[in-house]
This record gives sequence, C-alpha cells and structure tokens, in this order.
Amino acid sequence: MPFEAPMSDVAISVEGLGKSYLIGHRAGRETESFREMLVRSMRGAARGALDVVRGRQIVTGDTIEEFWALRDVSFEVRRGEVLGVIGRNGAGKSTLLKVLSRITEPTEGRAVIRGRIASLLEVGAGFHPELTGRENIQLNGAILGMTRAEIAARFDEIVDFAEVEQFLDTPVKRYSSGMYVRLAFAVAAHLEPEILIVDEVLAVGDLAFQRKCLGKMQDVAQHGRTVILVSHNLPSVVDLSDRAILLEGGRVAMAGPSHDVASHFLGSLRSELAAGDISAYRHPYRDEGWVDIQAVSVGGDPLGGAVVQPGEAVQVDVELAVHRAVEDGIVVVNVLDERLEIVATFMSSDDGHYVSVEPGTHRVHCELGPLPLAPGTYLISVGAAPTGGRLAWDAVKALPGFRMGGEQSAAWLRWPERPGVVFQDRSTWR
Amino acid sequence: MSEVILEPGRVDRNYWLDLWRYRELFQVLAWRDVAIRYKQTAIGVAWAVIRPVLTVLIFTIVFGRIAKLPSHGVPYPLLVFAGMLPWTFFATALSDAANSLVSNANLIGKVYFPRLIVPVATVVAAFVDFFISLAVMAVVMAWYRFAPDWRVVFLPLFALVAVLASLGPGLWITAVNVRYRDFRYVIPFLVQFGLYVSPVGFSSSVIPAQWRLIYALNPMVGVIDGFRWCLLGAAIDWRELAISLTVVAISLWIGLAQFRKLEKTFADVL
Repeated sequence: MPFEAPMSDVAISVEGLGKSYLIGHRAGRETESFREMLVRSMRGAARGALDVVRGRQIVTGDTIEEFWALRDVSFEVRRGEVLGVIGRNGAGKSTLLKVLSRITEPTEGRAVIRGRIASLLEVGAGFHPELTGRENIQLNGAILGMTRAEIAARFDEIVDFAEVEQFLDTPVKRYSSGMYVRLAFAVAAHLEPEILIVDEVLAVGDLAFQRKCLGKMQDVAQHGRTVILVSHNLPSVVDLSDRAILLEGGRVAMAGPSHDVASHFLGSLRSELAAGDISAYRHPYRDEGWVDIQAVSVGGDPLGGAVVQPGEAVQVDVELAVHRAVEDGIVVVNVLDERLEIVATFMSSDDGHYVSVEPGTHRVHCELGPLPLAPGTYLISVGAAPTGGRLAWDAVKALPGFRMGGEQSAAWLRWPERPGVVFQDRSTWR
Repeated sequence: MSEVILEPGRVDRNYWLDLWRYRELFQVLAWRDVAIRYKQTAIGVAWAVIRPVLTVLIFTIVFGRIAKLPSHGVPYPLLVFAGMLPWTFFATALSDAANSLVSNANLIGKVYFPRLIVPVATVVAAFVDFFISLAVMAVVMAWYRFAPDWRVVFLPLFALVAVLASLGPGLWITAVNVRYRDFRYVIPFLVQFGLYVSPVGFSSSVIPAQWRLIYALNPMVGVIDGFRWCLLGAAIDWRELAISLTVVAISLWIGLAQFRKLEKTFADVL
C-alpha cells in the first residue's frame, strides 16, 4: 500500500484473512448417510474422542488434511472504489466473497466493513417457481436485504427495468428463461447499499440486457458506491473496476490497477496455453472419471492464433482422454464473442456423430460453418457429455478461439431452442 | 454508520441482536412458506380440513366404540379432536422445521441471514393449518352444542407450548440433517410413534395413576391435557403439566445449543 488512507475513506479493510477447511478423505462426499456414519463412527470413535480431549474440530475420514482456501489475504477498498477480484477456478475468489458476505466465518484474520453492505452471489436467490413475479420481487428483495418500504418505493422501477409488466401476476415457472433472469437481475440492480459485492452475475441474460446491466453497474460505481466485483469476464472487470487483485492458491498474487493485473493474469494463462495446458479453463462441476478434454486446437494453430476468412469453415480439433469405455457421447462446441456471449452452439449429434469408444486417446475433428460472423475475436468452449446426461464429463470454457478476418455483414438471426445469437446448423463431423 | 467486523467467533457474540435485525426477512419467509403451502396442493385448504376430520373419525371408532375407552361425559369425537389439534400442529411443525434447511440449501450458500429464522418461519406456516383445524373444531363443538367456558382464554398459551415443544427437536434434527441427510427418516417414525404414545385417541386418565408422572415426560401429554382443559373443561394434573413444561424447556435449550453449534458449518456443507 503506497499510502495509508484516512480511516473514514476506507470502506472495507481486510487483514490477514484466512479460511481453512478440514478435509477428511474417504468416498469423497460431504453429505454421507446416517448409516455410513454409524459404521464409520465405530472406527473413528477412538480418534474422535482424542480430538475432543485436545479441543480440536472433529473430522471424519481416513486421512485428514487442513486445506486453506484463503490465507493471509489483506487489502483495502476505499469508499467509491470498484475492486475487481480475478483468478482461476479454485483460487479462492468464491471463498473470499462468502467470507465478506458473512455466509461463512473466517478461520483467522479480520475484515472491517464500514457501511450498509449487500452481496449478490447469485441473481434470483430464493426465487420460488410457484410464486408470481410480484411476489418474487418482494421475496427476493427481502432476501437481498431491502426493507419492505424500499421494495415498495422501487417496485415500479424494477418492473420497468425487467420489462415484465404483463406477467407480474403469473407464476415465474411460466416465465421464459430470459424473463426470469431479467426479473432476477432487476431486483438486484435496484439494491442501493453503500457497499456491493457481486459475483459473476454479469454473465446472464441476452446481450442487450447484459449491456443494460453493465450500464446500471457503472451508474452504481459513479454514485460513489463501493463495489467488489468477481468475474471471469476480464474485459468487464477492466471496464468497471479501478483496481484489481489476483488470487492464486488462496493468496493475493498481485494487486494494482485493474488493467495491469488483468493483463498479467491473461499473460500467465496464455503461456500455460502455449504449453498445451488447458486445465485452467476447466469447468469445476463435471462428472469426473469418464472423459477428459486434453487438448483443443483451431485450424491447426495454437489457440487464439488462427485467422478464419469469411466463407471459410472453422476447423476445430479436440483430443479426448477416455478413461472408461463410453457410448453415445456428444461433443459440443460453443463459439463466443468477446463479451462471452454464446454466438452459436454446435453438437456432434447434429451430424449423427457419437463418441462410442474404448479407453485411450480419441480425436474428434469438426468443421463449423462457414459462420456468418462479423470480423473480430472469438472464443470457444468445448464440452463432452453423455446423451441425455445432465452433467458433462468435461468442459473447458472460453478458450481463446480464432480471429474472424475480412469485412462482411453479419446475418443476425434468432433461434429459440439453441443458445446463441447466430443461427448455424451446417457442420460436418467425423 | 454501520460497521461490521468479521472475525472468528464474532457471530456468536451478536447472535440475538442479529436475529432481531432480520425480523423483516423472517416475516417474509414465513409468508412465503404459507403462500407456497396453499399454492402447491391442488385441494389446498380442503386438505387441512379433511385430514383431521378423517383421523378423528377413525380414532373415535377404534378407541371410543371398539375399545370403549372412557371420555368422562364429553362426546368422544370432541375428546379426540381436542387432542388432534395440538398433535397435528406439533407433527407438521416438527417435520417442516426438520427439513427446512435442506430445502433452503440454495439460499444458505448464497445469502447471509441468521439461519435460525428458516426453521422458525416454517413453524409459523404450520400455524395456518392449525387455525383451519381450530375452525373445524368450533363447528364440531357447535354441532354437539358444547360451549367452552372461561378457560378457553388460556388456549393461546398452550398453543405456544406446542410451538416450543416442536421447535426443540425440530432445530436439533434440522441441524443434524444438514450433515447426515438420511436423518430426516427419523421424523415420520417419530411422528407415527408419538401419535400412539401421546393421549390423542384417548384421555390420559386411562393411564394407571402410578405411571402418570412418568407419562408426562412426553411433553405433548401436558399440551394435549391443557387443550382439553381449555376447550372441554377436562381435569388436569398440574404436576404433570409442570413436568411436561420442564421437558419442553430442556429440549428447546438442547435444540438451540445444537443448532448454534452446527450452524456455522451449514454454508460449507450444504
């Protein structure tokens, strides 16, 4: 810290914050059944009794490990400042937000928050499908910490913002997903705390609505509100925040102007990518142990290097490490624009291509398009999933993809059943 | 300006103050539970009427007609109904409270508020069913031309005891249920079992005198006898009531202590 700000100017000060979890390694589930517990408790009883005597937390498991999700984290956020928090999955971003939003207590250190705080770790927290739009606004507002008077005062504004006037008395289970997200975000956007903590929520809704939300966020920042913003969307972090901290392995690896921190982070991601390591992009929620996506390349070039000319198809190669024999697997490729909006989704099943293979390394090649895309930079996400399965075997998100060259007019078409703003169903798979 | 300090052990110190601060959210959650309760079931309110009426009918036939148990001059259906009122409320409140944290898991992982308000709000929602049943009871009493005397003013007091009696085990089970999901299977068993060991289908006077005080260790004995005392003018043994109240107080204390002990880990486990 180059200088100490006067106390009254500091909205959040965090000193040596740490959060540890004791992990017992066993079948790997947090919620076990009572029966399992009974069986195991016989074995663990002796050790447990010892822990009680020593005054330690009792953790069941065959081996116990202390895992620090957050350690020695110190920073200050001045009043009216927007602080971005970036880092890869598992770096401790979510834990930091959970501690600051009081969802979980820190294990060590302390944080002082001066001012009325609201946190937004999820839009639409507590939304109930059976309740109407009107009822959900009241419920969600209260959950986010608004008083009844505040909700009443902003009710019309919220409804306007969400553009759902006609459906106010319809249960939200009949809403389209777009309407649902708009309503949820509208409530959140009308929170008026002095300090706002936001997680990832900008990556929702359609492009136009996302712009509107970004605008609202900027509004918020300009009105002297203090914001802590966590996002994977690096451009929006740079756009919105003045300073940023980079978390790595639960510690602050870098702090400074958001542009510098973001480019340092991007640089480290790119160098790993050049070495062929895409693990930083891996989606954390997946059905592990079946298929891993090992490598992805576009047009035979290193990721992000390929230039695609108008009228040309995009060539994507995916290398899969198959651990168990699988049948009827589907490979999915999303093309995203720079704001991480999905532009088009391609599925191998479109071309009648399914992955049914024995364990080993398996390659899939696909030709997408030609894509009617405007010139610019595009990202890709790749997933592998069982047919009809809900959870993917593996997914890597928002890899640097390719540059679209030339000048062309984009054919913007909408298609309700397939995410994306460009309709494309021509692809060849083998 | 409000200042929040986060550090290990801080939550414990401001526990009750924090609870007071979140009273509006408590009201909203209670209102939500009531709204959902009557939106999700097709027959809604009818369900709250049919269930006690059918049970009263069956218990009257089994205990009153077949077993010919005494009712001390009170029409047998009224005796059963007066016991069924607090029992159904207790059973509903207990099972709803016990499942409340798991069914609100998404909230607990994403938003801070004193966790205690979730199970307590479900108990409030169970009150709505109670009032409907109470109205049905009034109709049945009118049918038998049976008017309660001045003692009826003490009914809210005994209803409160029923609330507290359900909260004790409810809090404890919901906290344990977060960690061990199949613990909730204990509840239907407890409710089923409790229905027969509590004096719902019969007057507690059928219990041999030497066992009465031990019988009162079941907190619902005091509550049900209290309800019959208020509504039907039945006799009540004040020593029994004192024992039941003590058990309620102790179980509430244990339930709260367990809840507070486990509450800090909810967000990490859910």
